[in-house]
Amino acid sequence: MGEFKHTHYAHCESGVMSSLLRHHGLQISEPMIFGLSNALNFAYIPFVKIGGMPLVSYRSIPKSIIKNIQKNLNIKMKLETFTSKEKGEIRLNELLEQNRVVGAQTSVYWLDYFPPEIRFHFNAHNLLVYAREGDEYLISDPVFDKSVRCARKSLQKARFAKGMMAPKGLLYYPIDVPKEIDLKPIIKKSIKKVAKYMLKTPIPIAGLAGIRYLSKSIKKLKNRDRKYAKLFLGNIVRMQEEIGTGGAGFRFMYASFLKEASEVFDENQTLAEASRLMLEVGDSWRDFALVVAKAIKSKKDIDYEMISDMLMHISKDEAKVYKKLLEFG
Amino acid sequence: MDLNSVPQDNSSTYGEMKKAIYASDEDGNIRSIGSSGWDAEEIVTKLAIDELENSKLEAYKEVKAGKKSPLYYYMFEQRMDLSVLSQSTGFFKWSIKRDFKPEIFKNISQKRLLVYCDVLGKQLEEIKELPKDSNG
Repeated sequence: MGEFKHTHYAHCESGVMSSLLRHHGLQISEPMIFGLSNALNFAYIPFVKIGGMPLVSYRSIPKSIIKNIQKNLNIKMKLETFTSKEKGEIRLNELLEQNRVVGAQTSVYWLDYFPPEIRFHFNAHNLLVYAREGDEYLISDPVFDKSVRCARKSLQKARFAKGMMAPKGLLYYPIDVPKEIDLKPIIKKSIKKVAKYMLKTPIPIAGLAGIRYLSKSIKKLKNRDRKYAKLFLGNIVRMQEEIGTGGAGFRFMYASFLKEASEVFDENQTLAEASRLMLEVGDSWRDFALVVAKAIKSKKDIDYEMISDMLMHISKDEAKVYKKLLEFG
Repeated sequence: MDLNSVPQDNSSTYGEMKKAIYASDEDGNIRSIGSSGWDAEEIVTKLAIDELENSKLEAYKEVKAGKKSPLYYYMFEQRMDLSVLSQSTGFFKWSIKRDFKPEIFKNISQKRLLVYCDVLGKQLEEIKELPKDSNG
């Protein structure tokens, strides 16, 4: 293992895993990690509220990327949680002294190097700690373009934040990484799984059904007050863009995965075409974000029908991608 | 989206940071590129921040008027709401609401106050009083 090198990624969990595995000699990109962990998803859960707004998610639940990569790529990882802050800190220092690069789950709110504007109470942010200098940790936060420093107190608070998805000081690192992996069967399986789920999951709030459900909920906003409607729409876009998704709620990243997958299968045309379609879907999500942002800024009445229709179209266009992908698998 | 269309709008909400966005080049290869911001995203982030800021200012007024305890203000100051505070402390929502009453909060047990202090990142003396101004 050579010296650790920071790399800039779009998303924290896929970024951390790509970075860790690369450090351990397995060259694997972030989109490949994202694709092989079946992380693409959509969920609209009106009865789970975050900051008073319903949960909207464009990916699978936190920690599923770490778990699925472990399982699908047959990598042995060690995950440790702690009963006290003190124990958690001692263990981290021990691991750093052994020259390990360590993944950690944290709350964004307490990380002092984040811009104050985006320090919200989100407990499932992943980062890598690679050294300690006095009272500071050297951190490779995948969503930052440069490596950063974090005060000891701040990191401790972030690792032991309480509440929903509390990290409990979680640390993780690989202990056995295969030198080479035959990606083909894993790609096939993952693509099939995601495509089937998005098209056919019986849960009405998930997959494409979730997008249609959200689209219908937007129509009903005309009965709510304007302030609520704006926050509701703004929340959808925030989850799509603000939370490190690589743009368009991970759709661009998944398109990148499909392109890479097409190359693994000797320029497979079905996959290349699906990648191209997914890029277009991503563009439609960005158009949706733009229209919502304009509606929020404008003093005119919000055209809920039009915004709702945009999502309905997106669900149809996404369906085409997944149907194409089922042709492959 | 192609690489040249990735917005570089220098959003204030990004601070000094850049965000990696995946986009394609002319040959259809996709890679990530740093973005300094996007106006559309900045608008929705600011909307959320303004909402938090308003809640904080409203809370400050209520506490100052003696209608609520300082705990109520510090909850919003730390960008929490009743759900998050309840999940973080492990206290029932109804029992936290009781602590929002100034007369109850005055006689709160030290043990309970320390839990609030830990979760809100405050000192014992600090949490008992409002700061001089709402930005404090």
